Amino acid sequence: MDGEELTEQETALYDRQIRVWGADAQRRLSKAHVLVYGMKGTVAEFCKNIVLAGVGSLTLVDDRVATEEALSSNFLIPLDENVYNGKTLAELCCDSLKDFNPMVRVSVEKGDLLSFGVDFFNKFDVVVVSCCSLAAKKMANDRCRKLSKRVAFYTVDCRDSCGEIFVDLQDYRYSKKKLEETIECQLQYPSFEEAVSVPWRALPRKTSKLYFAMRVIENYEEAEGRNPGEVLIADLPGVLKLKKELCTAQSVNESHVPDNLLERLITNTTEFPPVCAIIGGILGQEVIKAISGKGDPLKNFFFFDALDGKGIIEDISDPNAGK
Amino acid sequence: MVGAGGIGCELLKTLALSGFQDIHIIDMDTIEVSNLNRQFLFRQSHVGQSKAKVARDAVLKFRPHINIKSYHANVKDPDFNVEFFKQFNVVLNGLDNLDARRHVNRLCLAADVPLVESGTTGFLGQVTVHVKGRTECYECQPKPAPKTYPVCTITSTPSKFVHCIVWAKDLLFTKLFGDKNQENDLNIRSSDGASSSENVVDVFERKEDEDVEQYGRRIFDHVFGYNIELALSNEETWKNRNRPKPIYSKDVLSDELAHQNGSVNKNLATDDGSLVSAMASLGMKNPQDIWSLSENSRIFFETLRLFFTNRGKEIGNLSFDKDDQLAVEFVTAAANIRAASFGIPLHSLFEAKGIAGNIVHAVATTNAIIAGLIVIEAIKVLKSDIKSYRMTYCLEHPSRKMLLMPVEPFEPNKSCYVCSETPLSLEINTHHSKLKDFVEKIVKAKLGMNFPIIMQGSALLYEVGDDLDEDMVANYAANLEKVLAELPSPVTSGTVLTVEDLQQEFTCNINIKHRKEFDEEKEPDGMLLSGWTQPPSALEKEDKSISNGASTSDTPIAATEAEKDEIGIVSAAKKRRLSDIVDSELSNAADEARNRNQLQVIDDEDDLVMLEGNSDGYKKKRLQ
Repeated sequence: MDGEELTEQETALYDRQIRVWGADAQRRLSKAHVLVYGMKGTVAEFCKNIVLAGVGSLTLVDDRVATEEALSSNFLIPLDENVYNGKTLAELCCDSLKDFNPMVRVSVEKGDLLSFGVDFFNKFDVVVVSCCSLAAKKMANDRCRKLSKRVAFYTVDCRDSCGEIFVDLQDYRYSKKKLEETIECQLQYPSFEEAVSVPWRALPRKTSKLYFAMRVIENYEEAEGRNPGEVLIADLPGVLKLKKELCTAQSVNESHVPDNLLERLITNTTEFPPVCAIIGGILGQEVIKAISGKGDPLKNFFFFDALDGKGIIEDISDPNAGK
Repeated sequence: MVGAGGIGCELLKTLALSGFQDIHIIDMDTIEVSNLNRQFLFRQSHVGQSKAKVARDAVLKFRPHINIKSYHANVKDPDFNVEFFKQFNVVLNGLDNLDARRHVNRLCLAADVPLVESGTTGFLGQVTVHVKGRTECYECQPKPAPKTYPVCTITSTPSKFVHCIVWAKDLLFTKLFGDKNQENDLNIRSSDGASSSENVVDVFERKEDEDVEQYGRRIFDHVFGYNIELALSNEETWKNRNRPKPIYSKDVLSDELAHQNGSVNKNLATDDGSLVSAMASLGMKNPQDIWSLSENSRIFFETLRLFFTNRGKEIGNLSFDKDDQLAVEFVTAAANIRAASFGIPLHSLFEAKGIAGNIVHAVATTNAIIAGLIVIEAIKVLKSDIKSYRMTYCLEHPSRKMLLMPVEPFEPNKSCYVCSETPLSLEINTHHSKLKDFVEKIVKAKLGMNFPIIMQGSALLYEVGDDLDEDMVANYAANLEKVLAELPSPVTSGTVLTVEDLQQEFTCNINIKHRKEFDEEKEPDGMLLSGWTQPPSALEKEDKSISNGASTSDTPIAATEAEKDEIGIVSAAKKRRLSDIVDSELSNAADEARNRNQLQVIDDEDDLVMLEGNSDGYKKKRLQ
């Protein structure tokens, strides 16, 4: 439908997945430009998935220098100090990713997320941010929303054996197959800021506890001026205090945010590789859906906890918005 | 680990990152181009090499200090016996076929090693934990059988493209290029046996000095023209069906075209591609194109010509292989010509290849997710955290908000012939059926044994092995040809046969019951095994049936052929969970999940059954 046909080489390489999503979706994938910010294990998994899927280009941003800790759940980096010494995480991951699929252009950009202007985001169709502050998430999401074209925006974070994905597809139209018919659908997404501003009391009682716990930690990081991921077990009293305050302010029972869950999330801050694989897989699938415009995308949060094994979708949006 | 393919690559990576130090990995396959889109440990330069070995080397690059041992071998090799399996704490399957899964299941049961089993197709996937005595084994529940089609649908009344593919692949291709001695229903018609079988064979034989182009036209006219005319003569068949249209080579090929065809070949004769591909020699590039009837006919003649001129030596021994370009081209063209005759929409080579090769729809993301879930279960197994074991479904459409849905494992099926000691019973005509029939149709086909021993009490009736002396081999060979009642120790009503597979260390008893008559249509084997979970078959009952080749599905849950309009009905046996306390909500959800996966029913947001609760919800429910 886009006129250009897949090459013989592409048809051979992508044979099995074209059988899943069709040649049309494959063509759209090959024209999509994806930005990722923050190269930890989950994002490495995601990058592998979409490079294999055959996106047009992938741009990596992470100026941090590689350390043993950063490599713990990242299979993109050879565990050889001679190789990683002095290079940034983005540079190291770029080298491996290029190797996965020669048909995808993988490159590195430098800079802090907060320093990127609207024009920067204009180069992309999909933006995925990880390991960044609440303020940075809100800002990046806002700048994507200012553009005339639709940029699909995602945040992803894993702590201990839990993971969270946030999705903003703005005003999104897509098609899906129901029985033999193809039907057109439409979804309205809130921004990250709008979503996290929905009063907790307005949310269904059964909303995933992880949602609230992640917000508490996010707010704690912001209040204490911590870097993302730098809230540790020593902070437990402070985190619990903030939880209490937030629950009071939101007029919800404190049982919405179990103490033991918060404790788990800040005890072990390194990612758990199986959870990286799962969250990176779900995120990859979502991005492929958004680019191809096929299939129900998730709206607008996804949570996984290895402890109970559930992978849950939550719609966190103001029920009155847009009415 | 068994399997270094789609799931295997992801699994080996995640295991290594998660801190597993000692991993053995078995895979008999070598790397192909179509693997590279998801089996991310492999590169173009590795095509043709051992998957297990390349996967090992790739993982050692980012985790150099762990021990990975690779085996480029079939897990069914005798080397991988019970002793071999006993050295492991847990076995993880990333397999692509039912046979190997059953085999590993038995070895794990015999070695008493927990097994984590997995499978994916497209966006669907499943992970289960099988622990002897604790949870069901892989064979406690019936598995969807490969889809089969009634013979007369294939030979006389195709109504879907897949019927034409099966005809082209299993009948015509085999007849022309495969084993001539194999039984072949190509010329069977629903009505009569008018044409004598001798004549039939002659038609497909290329006559001495017969020009290959003449031969091609003769075959074409016979199968697409004459046979259709014959079929049309049986008015009864077409009362409620659309009448097919005979197609003759002269209708589809003008002389000019035929000549052009020949000259194109000569021009390109030096091009390598034209030797192996009719598309290449005819200058057709895009496998996604749907060819016209005339293009299909040209491909048909060209593939036939190329087979006879370039691959003459293989003729007589060929079997269809989805990676054989020329074979795929032939089958696509033949299926399309037949489809045109029956008014069925034509398909591209890409689509035809998928149907003919039973190609599994596979994406990297699902495999990555499933591999993550396998590692989570493997860690629980190592901790013996039995209460936390879960069977997890990866769904395409959320069910009760869940894309990843865990359910408690089922307890062992008490009448499972594999993991319980329940005997099977077999009704058989002991005066007609030979031991050979019993070995082929029951022991191998139904019980999945590779190296069987058959005993009546202490008397050995049959065994296989390398270390048998000649007398014994001759003795067993003689036994195979005898009817059961005339064996040295006669097998009659009331006899209990013990069948054992030494490699699998799996034994079962079969109570024999003599029965005179069998319904040829419903019991084509001439025997009836019960107590064995019959794979459900999504089929109208017919005399005989033809399957679309062996299933290569990655998944135990979804039928290979996920056509939305064909639903296999699975009788979900009543099951109980590990806990004795009935929690119907969870069972229902689990049963429903099974059914959803087997039937691919789209979830419809009814909220009656809730699988809800916090992280310790299961426990609470159990206590209530």
